[in-house]
Amino acid sequence: MELANVFIKAAFIENLILSYFLGMCSFLAVSKTLKTAFGLGLAVIFVLGITMPINWLINTYLLDETGILGQDLTFLRFILFIAVIASMVQLVEMIIEKFSPALYNSLGIFLPLITVNCAILGGSLFMVSREYNFSESVAFGLGGGFGWFLAIVALAAIREKIKYSNVPAPLRGLGMAFLLTGLMGMAFLSLLGIDPAAISGN
Amino acid sequence: MAETAVQKREAIFAFGKKERKLLTDPLNDNNPITVQVLGICSALAVTTLLVPSIVISVAVIFVCAFSNLITSLLRKSIPKQVRMIVQLVIIATLVTVVELTLKAYNYDVYKQLSIFIGLIITNCIVMGRLEAFAMANSPWKSFLDGIGNGVGYGVILIIVAFFRELFGKGSLLAGSPLEVKIIGATPEYFINTVENTMFGWYQNNNLMVLPAAAMFLIAVLIWVHRSKNTKLVDIS
Repeated sequence: MELANVFIKAAFIENLILSYFLGMCSFLAVSKTLKTAFGLGLAVIFVLGITMPINWLINTYLLDETGILGQDLTFLRFILFIAVIASMVQLVEMIIEKFSPALYNSLGIFLPLITVNCAILGGSLFMVSREYNFSESVAFGLGGGFGWFLAIVALAAIREKIKYSNVPAPLRGLGMAFLLTGLMGMAFLSLLGIDPAAISGN
Repeated sequence: MAETAVQKREAIFAFGKKERKLLTDPLNDNNPITVQVLGICSALAVTTLLVPSIVISVAVIFVCAFSNLITSLLRKSIPKQVRMIVQLVIIATLVTVVELTLKAYNYDVYKQLSIFIGLIITNCIVMGRLEAFAMANSPWKSFLDGIGNGVGYGVILIIVAFFRELFGKGSLLAGSPLEVKIIGATPEYFINTVENTMFGWYQNNNLMVLPAAAMFLIAVLIWVHRSKNTKLVDIS
């Protein structure tokens, strides 16, 4: 039940995009069509779900004073986290290329782009500052990824529709994407008051 | 012999029309935020107040310039397959330097910025410039390009933070010795004394404190920018 709380909180109430505005760059750049947005969303869920527990293990057993090395190495956190993320993305890329070339082709350049998606590193840093345990960090990773997926699919759908509207020329494209994201963020604010414990029946 | 060496050195550090364009291009035609859509992530969360946005801007200018310089120096010896990881390690090292410096000299601002200093690593501007420019150009040019893009980013950040702090909190530069309170309902604000109630009716606009306000402000900036500079308009 505790895990369901973390999942719901990460996916809806503290959505990485719409409440923290993390992972904005690829969110705005890749949301032009629904299909690519869907693929990128799935990849983000996957990478967040994998890197979060690995970074948790590294942080607890390597970097912490009580870990194996017995030294406070937290100043290495950024470098190690980003190295884990970069190598995980590379690994995911190779696995997908080997086992599902069709999916690999449809994701194209968006896979390596995930490395510099602020949501991934931000999620890992949030995990550290909120002191989640191992299973909670898995739930947080999956939930955060799911929230990101929902948001990018929603924005892509709206942007596909708005192509046919009469928008002032300078605002077309990027400008509208910003406005829409702002409005979606405000709509998501209404979820702030929800108590996840009440939903999952605790 | 000696003369050609001097000329060569001058050519390396030349500052002509091309180099000036490297600095000014990111301010207008090729602005990182409003045109290239890079680095939005950290631009939104830190801009509620002017002081942290200035700190982040300076940090990004520093990281961008020096990571460009270092990557450009190493560009011939970085293998293509692992270039991402090499670039990220360079960036992460510089960001750690910034973080530790800030922690030592200005702990309040460090606390306020929390994870957003760390997120400079994944700031797409830095990474994007390394990929697009530093891997293919000489160190001096890359250095200038880094400064230009950092400044282009900082300008947008400071404009957004100015409006958000003014209308959201009624003050400017809060938290620094230069703090000025401009609009608001209480007598401590300097335009609105008891005698002179020019802006006494103003209530702080809480919308401006939300991240959504930054999205709206950037959208308005894009609108203004593209109506002045029509070649940037999205045709599709």
